[in-house]
Amino acid sequence: MNTADQYVKAIYLLQEMEDGPAATGALADMLDVSPASANEMIGKLEDRGLAEHEKYKGVRLTDDGIVRARDALKTYCIIERFLANVLDVEEFRAEARELEPVIDDIVADRLDTIIDRNDECPDCFDPETDACCYLEVAEVEERPAD
Amino acid sequence: MSVGRRVTSDHQLARLLQIGIVLEEVVEARAHHHYQSLADDERESDEEIEELLEHAVEESAEHRDRLEGIIADLDAESIPFEDIETLVEAQYGNTEPEDFDGVLYDQLCNEETAYKFYDDLIDAISASEAQFSVDREHLVRLLTEIREEEAEGVESVTRIMETRE
Repeated sequence: MNTADQYVKAIYLLQEMEDGPAATGALADMLDVSPASANEMIGKLEDRGLAEHEKYKGVRLTDDGIVRARDALKTYCIIERFLANVLDVEEFRAEARELEPVIDDIVADRLDTIIDRNDECPDCFDPETDACCYLEVAEVEERPAD
Repeated sequence: MSVGRRVTSDHQLARLLQIGIVLEEVVEARAHHHYQSLADDERESDEEIEELLEHAVEESAEHRDRLEGIIADLDAESIPFEDIETLVEAQYGNTEPEDFDGVLYDQLCNEETAYKFYDDLIDAISASEAQFSVDREHLVRLLTEIREEEAEGVESVTRIMETRE
């Protein structure tokens, strides 16, 4: 997933959580980049017609940006679900975040042929827990009691 | 979340190589399925596709062996990949191609996907200054060789598709 896709995905998730524009500072925090880097990329996304910057409010995705963000989120869901269900990775969220920049969407689509993703995807993604809500349920059920 | 396309640790490298192994297993399983799905008389009349699929199965198995060799040197956990064929089988009903065009197109997707994966992985290793417990030069050389074999695979399938248009 390229850098622009990671930004639109992060903006989309912040918009969902805030029910409004994504604050630049929150975006920089989520992506672990400097506010200057975030502002620079926001400018590029505006140039490409994917986002609009609202002064003192933050950044909001355009319709094209939302389509792109949902595709990126779907790719991310595939990576998380693949790690959790196929490779049995317990820390699938942290590892998905690490692997996300290196896994292209066509590679994720191939991995998608061996996982069982919900039809609602990516609407079933919960930004608060950073995982598909159905994947979360499965993980809790499968985890042995301490 | 990190926005840099870099491999920064043995663990991350091992995980990516595991994904490569699964991709090869998917290619192998799908090519094997396609081969099995050809009727006996079709196999006799279409040696070109039969050879292509046989070669794909053998090459993927060989790539897996090479990737497993690196993972062993990284001292990372092994992959539970005996289940992959079952997973491919379980999902296969929705995607099984019905004719030669479908078989060739699926094989083209397999080869292109694998090529893209190794290409991105080589870039991500090259962009990193991390020290791995395997020799970086050997690692990049091996992945480059595999990537070139995937490129040859793309060319082979494309050539067959062009002669059938």
